[in-house]
Amino acid sequence: MFRQAKWDEPLIFELSKPGRLGFTLPEPIEDIEVQIPEDLRRKSLELPEVSEPEVVKHYTRLSEMNYGVDSGIYPLGSCTMKYNPKINEEFANHPKVAFIHPYQDPRTVQGALQIMWELEQWLKEITGMDRFTLQPAAGANGEFTGVMIIRAYHLDRGEAQRNEIIVPDSAHGTNPASAAMAGFKVIEIPSNEQGMVDLEALENAVSEKTAGIMLTNPNTLGIFEEDILEIAKIVHKAGGLLYYDGANLNGILGKIRPGDMGFDVVHINLHKTFSTPHGGGGPGAGPVGVKKHLMDYLPVPLVEFDGEKYYLNYDLPKSIGKVKEFYGNFAVLVRALTYLKIMGRDGLREVAEIAVLNANYLTQKLKGTRGYELPHKELRKHEVVFSAEPMRKEMGVKALDVAKRLLDFGLHAPTIYFPLIVHEALMIEPTETVSKEELDAYVEALKRISEEAYTNPEIVKSAPHNTAVRRVDDVLAAKKPIITWRMYKELKKKGEVEY
Amino acid sequence: MGKHYIPNSAHKEEMLREIGFKSIEDLFSDVPKGFVKEFNLPEGKSEYEVFLEMNEIVNKNKTVLEMPTFLGAGAYFHYVPAHVKYLIERSEFITSYTPYQAEISQGMLQALFEYQSLIGELVGLEIVNASMYDWGTALGEAARMAARVKKKNKFVVPKHIHPERNMVLKTFVEGADIEIEYVKWNEKGQMDLEELKEKAKNAAGVYVELPNFFGIIEEQIKEIGEIAHENDALFVVGVDPTILGIIEAPGSLGADIVVGEASFLGSALNFGGPRAGIFATKNERALIRQMPGRIIGMTRDAEGKRAFVMTLQTREQHIRRAKATSNICSNEALVAVAAAIHLASLGPKGLKNLGEIILKNTAYFKKRLSEVAEIPFDAINFKDVPATFEIPYPIIHERLLERGIHGGFYLKPYFPELDESALLAVTETTRREWIDELVRNIGEIINEAEL
Repeated sequence: MFRQAKWDEPLIFELSKPGRLGFTLPEPIEDIEVQIPEDLRRKSLELPEVSEPEVVKHYTRLSEMNYGVDSGIYPLGSCTMKYNPKINEEFANHPKVAFIHPYQDPRTVQGALQIMWELEQWLKEITGMDRFTLQPAAGANGEFTGVMIIRAYHLDRGEAQRNEIIVPDSAHGTNPASAAMAGFKVIEIPSNEQGMVDLEALENAVSEKTAGIMLTNPNTLGIFEEDILEIAKIVHKAGGLLYYDGANLNGILGKIRPGDMGFDVVHINLHKTFSTPHGGGGPGAGPVGVKKHLMDYLPVPLVEFDGEKYYLNYDLPKSIGKVKEFYGNFAVLVRALTYLKIMGRDGLREVAEIAVLNANYLTQKLKGTRGYELPHKELRKHEVVFSAEPMRKEMGVKALDVAKRLLDFGLHAPTIYFPLIVHEALMIEPTETVSKEELDAYVEALKRISEEAYTNPEIVKSAPHNTAVRRVDDVLAAKKPIITWRMYKELKKKGEVEY
Repeated sequence: MGKHYIPNSAHKEEMLREIGFKSIEDLFSDVPKGFVKEFNLPEGKSEYEVFLEMNEIVNKNKTVLEMPTFLGAGAYFHYVPAHVKYLIERSEFITSYTPYQAEISQGMLQALFEYQSLIGELVGLEIVNASMYDWGTALGEAARMAARVKKKNKFVVPKHIHPERNMVLKTFVEGADIEIEYVKWNEKGQMDLEELKEKAKNAAGVYVELPNFFGIIEEQIKEIGEIAHENDALFVVGVDPTILGIIEAPGSLGADIVVGEASFLGSALNFGGPRAGIFATKNERALIRQMPGRIIGMTRDAEGKRAFVMTLQTREQHIRRAKATSNICSNEALVAVAAAIHLASLGPKGLKNLGEIILKNTAYFKKRLSEVAEIPFDAINFKDVPATFEIPYPIIHERLLERGIHGGFYLKPYFPELDESALLAVTETTRREWIDELVRNIGEIINEAEL
């Protein structure tokens, strides 16, 4: 039986003892007196005073109350939580990577520029695009970059009236949010009963105002949009562009290219498809690739190679500018290139094939289990979305409860309540890096939860039982926000908080 | 290759059979004919071969450990305690994702709560998010937030804003119809208050950096905040957190929003990334509701025990979609945790000490630089020092490189009025011998050029 560590670990502030030091600094070069104006001088600073061993114990204990890909299966749908090879870390932490400054003369950072240039060549071939920027820090930052490029393209062609971006109702929330950030009006279109883009709805949505459409393929249900060529035709005919959200690239990697499906812009998530660790929420990287007709609008700088040396090219008069400081999350790029070199053409194809095999294996094994239903078509790519709606209707056990109960078995929950078009959604993406036994164990756990839901629903509704803390009160968290130590101290002083 | 990451490579037939498929191709039968193709890519390699190949590539770089380097301009060589990297490499942290399942992710949630708390103490504000991508994107979001809160579309910044950050800001506000106004600097290299008073009219926000791009401490920061508030604008302060052990918390100086760069603590240079943007604001409903990014809150569990969870999520993209305050999803959590561990290790004395060391080293550096260059502004510098040379700076830069020294950031392309100036920087890591060598060599180079 799984039992997560349960340290009653205080906040680092609560460990503070006056006089303790966690780190020592070198002496100044010369003891020169510098007067800071009185009103600007720091009056007080309440930081914890802890020694290095205490710091190490504290954060080690916290880490023991956290679950990562290295702890077990982490099938968070649309997040592609695959294994993060350790050789990647070796190079991300390499002194020759860590100790270089972004403004160094290009002659002193040829290795870094080569890494960026080589990575771009890989990504171009994998996606079928003509040019890439590696600057975006994450998927959403990449989406923003992509829609800004679409905007610049239409403006440059004197088509300022193209101010609408079409997004299917199954899209990631970042798609409409990114389009809105770039100043577009978002037009949402419904999916058909197969879970794919409704072509009629699309026909009706496009007009001379259409700037583009943002699509994920395979979509968030894990279903391949079979009509993609037809979709591309409709949008291009109306004068719009196609944006590919690469969150689900793992399902077609090494086999099928967005560029061949008619997409004009893509972003990909190096932290999903290309095995760089997710870091508890980041850093990731969201490179953006474009076809030739959009190359002029890419952010500056681009990395060029003249056959002898690598250099940075800032000479793009029509560029959208910058979306992130410097050249993006460089250490993440290093990891991705290391991975690509190991995988190669053959390995990448194997990734998609086994990712899809694993998702379909799980689908078929779980299908028919009481309480879960499988809406839309059966054949999936890298992920599958089940619905716990029958369980909720019949026993009052919700997708949230199922998710929490999974934690009790030391298994991470799927993404839940997304996509929004499936009620009580359980969105499961096993990835290619889990074993058959792990898949079987996951299916077994979901079946056991179903059994519990119909015989002893309380145990599911009151889950989790085996984690560091029991079910967390998120309503209270929003009603009485405590965001920082200083807020906490105030409330504590007033006697308004007991935890 | 890479099959060692893919256990089921060994069980294809068996698994296919079990679920009633004949081949892998059957699983792709929904893909239109002709789509599947052979990619023109190298074959996979063994880990050892890639190890050799990557080593060869990275060894082409020359690091700041191999040549005295005086680059700053928004990225600084600080020494990060070894235990910081050791701790963030704990696989439970680094291989986890956004803590959607709070109960099994308390470690990351508490670490991020502590990050928010430590930054809250530093900047003197109560509401802090769990990080933006970097200082520049945090500033872009701050401008957008100010425009939403104040329902005005002008954002005022110093003309001496970091050029890189300025470019990010411009991209971020483009789609929101926000106009950026620039305020010139005065003879002390600081914001000109007379011009600010004019430009602040109808502004949604007024922004100032601490220290500013010239490395100068803006001494009239309080007055700038007052001018912002007189014009019903939000006062936005951008900070380098390593200065906050010696400089008053921006929140106490009137800031409504504080942005900045968290990675100056806890992270290596990494050729400029990953970084992490600080984003903090006052505890006011109107501000919190417009805040971007993930926020971690303290609450309790079903048994009344203290627990942590992502909160105030109705601002975010996964719920509000097109009406969200920002599109951000993945952030820079691990970089933020590294900053927190570094900060906690420094403590109040360490952070103050760090600030003082840098201040003294900068003063020493400025004194030495003035032997071979003119220092255009009489002010207090922190890390960066602008210096104007008698001969074109690129000549100096090039000859320094030939002698194994890396000079600074050439200012003329961005600020032509500063003529042959460069921004050179030091931190607590700079050694006396490096400065000696730099000054001696610049002296020689100028002499040679003038002969």
